[in-house]
Amino acid sequence: MFLFFLSSGLFLGWSLGANDAANIFGSAVGSKMIKFSLAIIVASIFVVLGALFQGAGASHTLGELGSINAIGGAFTVALCAGLTVFWMTKFKLPVSTSQSIIGAIIGWNFYSGNTTDVTVLGKIVSTWIAGPILGAIFAILLYQFLKYILAKSKIHLLKLDAYLKYSLLIIGAFGAYSLGANNVANVVGVFIPSVPNIQLNFGFFSLNGTQLLFLVGGISIAVGIITYSKKVMMTVGSSLMKLSSESALIIVLAHSLVLFIFSSTSLSNAFQSIGLPAIPLVPVSSSQAVVGAIIGVGFLKGGRGIKYSVLGKISLGWIATPLLAGLTTFIALFFMNNVFKMVVAQNETSTVSTKLSQLVTTAKVNAPNVEVDLYQPLLYLIIGLLVVVIIVLAIILKRQLFKNKKEESSERLLKYESQEKLLQTELQKVNAENTKLEKEIQFKRKEQMVIALNIVQKNQFLEKLKLKIDKITSYPTVNKEELFRLKKLIVENLSIDKEREKLNIYINELNSDFYFRLINKHPTLSENEQRLCALIRLNLSSKEIASILNISTKSVEVNRHRLRKKMHLKREDNLTELISKL
Amino acid sequence: MIKIFKTSKNVIVNIEEYFDNVELGILNFKEGVNNYLEGNTAEFENNLKIIEQIEGKADAIIRKIENDFYVYSLLPNYASEILNLLEKVDDILDKVKSNLSQFDVENPFIPEEIKNDFSRLLTISVKSAENVIPAARVFFTDPNLAKDKIQKVIFYERETDKLATKIKRKLFKEMDFLKLSEKIHLRYFTLHIEEVSDAAELVAKMLSSLVIKIKM
Repeated sequence: MFLFFLSSGLFLGWSLGANDAANIFGSAVGSKMIKFSLAIIVASIFVVLGALFQGAGASHTLGELGSINAIGGAFTVALCAGLTVFWMTKFKLPVSTSQSIIGAIIGWNFYSGNTTDVTVLGKIVSTWIAGPILGAIFAILLYQFLKYILAKSKIHLLKLDAYLKYSLLIIGAFGAYSLGANNVANVVGVFIPSVPNIQLNFGFFSLNGTQLLFLVGGISIAVGIITYSKKVMMTVGSSLMKLSSESALIIVLAHSLVLFIFSSTSLSNAFQSIGLPAIPLVPVSSSQAVVGAIIGVGFLKGGRGIKYSVLGKISLGWIATPLLAGLTTFIALFFMNNVFKMVVAQNETSTVSTKLSQLVTTAKVNAPNVEVDLYQPLLYLIIGLLVVVIIVLAIILKRQLFKNKKEESSERLLKYESQEKLLQTELQKVNAENTKLEKEIQFKRKEQMVIALNIVQKNQFLEKLKLKIDKITSYPTVNKEELFRLKKLIVENLSIDKEREKLNIYINELNSDFYFRLINKHPTLSENEQRLCALIRLNLSSKEIASILNISTKSVEVNRHRLRKKMHLKREDNLTELISKL
Repeated sequence: MIKIFKTSKNVIVNIEEYFDNVELGILNFKEGVNNYLEGNTAEFENNLKIIEQIEGKADAIIRKIENDFYVYSLLPNYASEILNLLEKVDDILDKVKSNLSQFDVENPFIPEEIKNDFSRLLTISVKSAENVIPAARVFFTDPNLAKDKIQKVIFYERETDKLATKIKRKLFKEMDFLKLSEKIHLRYFTLHIEEVSDAAELVAKMLSSLVIKIKM
């Protein structure tokens, strides 16, 4: 019979497993960092372990809020909490199993006439607010730390990928353990008072009734993970939040730490031993811790992509979920009690038969009797201060980040500019060298031309010489006079060669600019005419020019006449004067 | 999952070897074209042979890298972009190989007057390709450093464009002694050399977008 009543709790566990496993492995599986099969095996094992070894802490607080002492009541409470989660998920409202079960318990308290401990309720509500905030703080600190480490270490991307895969698996296992430890209370917490007293002995260890209950709760979450979490994981990983693997790792770690802190008895004891207030061990919402962590990371990246509407929705969830669950439970208990004649509370001081109005007055009468100690306002004050400090720190951090970014970008621009200038000067230097080399090549080419011309002239001279020698040899006797004339011709040619060479170099060097100006003004002039101009410019007479060019004076005169014509000179213009003025 | 460290180590070694090959290919291209300009036929043919071997080797390595990326789902968030990047780096190698073989097949006549300009164009274009490989290398260990190197690549690409236009203008406006067919032929070879720096610029642009994505 107990197992039948437990089924509603197991349904709650199943839906919790299906939904919340995505918070742990969603980004890793969705981004294909870890295979789905491996993720669900690890998650299932660690959820069960967490539920078994550390589930008691948070369940205890739920017991303090309202100890549901009849199995029928526990069944109804778990069922209504489960249905609330189901409905709200269907209407796409953010929902937390923890808030739903708390609402349902309060509903039972109202129905059965039990007083709701306001201190415990305050403790629980404060952790709902603290959960996401702590998630954000952890995420910010851990992200900064990871960023610092990555910047220092300069790991190869592929190696980093391998490290991240292992880290995601290990931290996912830790997350699953924390989820089991913290949220199993939601699943089976309400059944603890009515658990049958049994003991199972496995030889090397034994399990009592409560531990068995946690084991069953853990297994129900694991079944939820295995059977129904794939779709949710894929959605979380690919569309809901596009995160880098590093961010995903930090978010899962921050979320796991939040869940772990609110369920670890030993950590709470350690806090107390050093004089700090004990950590309230309460089931907190896994999804809200994740959202808090995401906002933390988003804030570090400059506040882009943070959906502030999500924050509003979470606050709405804080109020709407418990209210809806409480109301549903209240109505369901009424039906269970009256229609099915089920015992929903052991000490029924007020059943439905004693009228609803009486119940309401009991609740009202009970309210002023509640003793409010100093703990509650102090907690609210601390949380309030924490929020203010975080906001101030956030503003300072954002300003600092903005300033740093501005400096960095201007520095980078300056660096680029100087780099470009450096490269430009380098290029200019190379270009200058190239033009110099090109000029040298041109000069060498001209020289070659002169040499070639000389060779041609030499050949002509040798030809002339050959003819003369032939003429001399044709005579029967050697005519000395002829031989002398030959010798004179050779000597003349030699001296002309030397002088011409000297003069050519001299003229070329002197007149490089002159040639340029001359061509610019009279582009039709031939090379010989240009040379003639250069010689006229040196103020040489026609006779001298004739001897230099090895032509007759008459030819020089003819050339001068042609030059005048080409330059379009009038009769009264003086050629020498005009050329020297150029 | 257990083999992942060994696999990533192997892939890192393969990527480094791949980049080494591309760098060697680029250097051989430079040597090859210079040898062609100077008329060292035997050396030019040797360069062409080496570049063909390197290209085959690089192709085999990139297939291995791609396979490892998919089978072991390495860097799942950036795998497609990184593989795309490696393919684009491979395009540089393909381009230098096909360019050198075009020199071999078409045997373009390059007049003395323009050889110097061609050599300069080659140096600048290759410089942009030479700078993009260290940028791609450093991207895997320190994406911030890659940005600085990308700037150099883009600078050299721009300079290549300018010089190529200058050469084309010189060909068509100043060198009347060339036939139109020769001018067009030379214009194509100017384009071929320019394409190397264009391919490098493409890699640089992909790298800079990847750097932004990875820093998000």
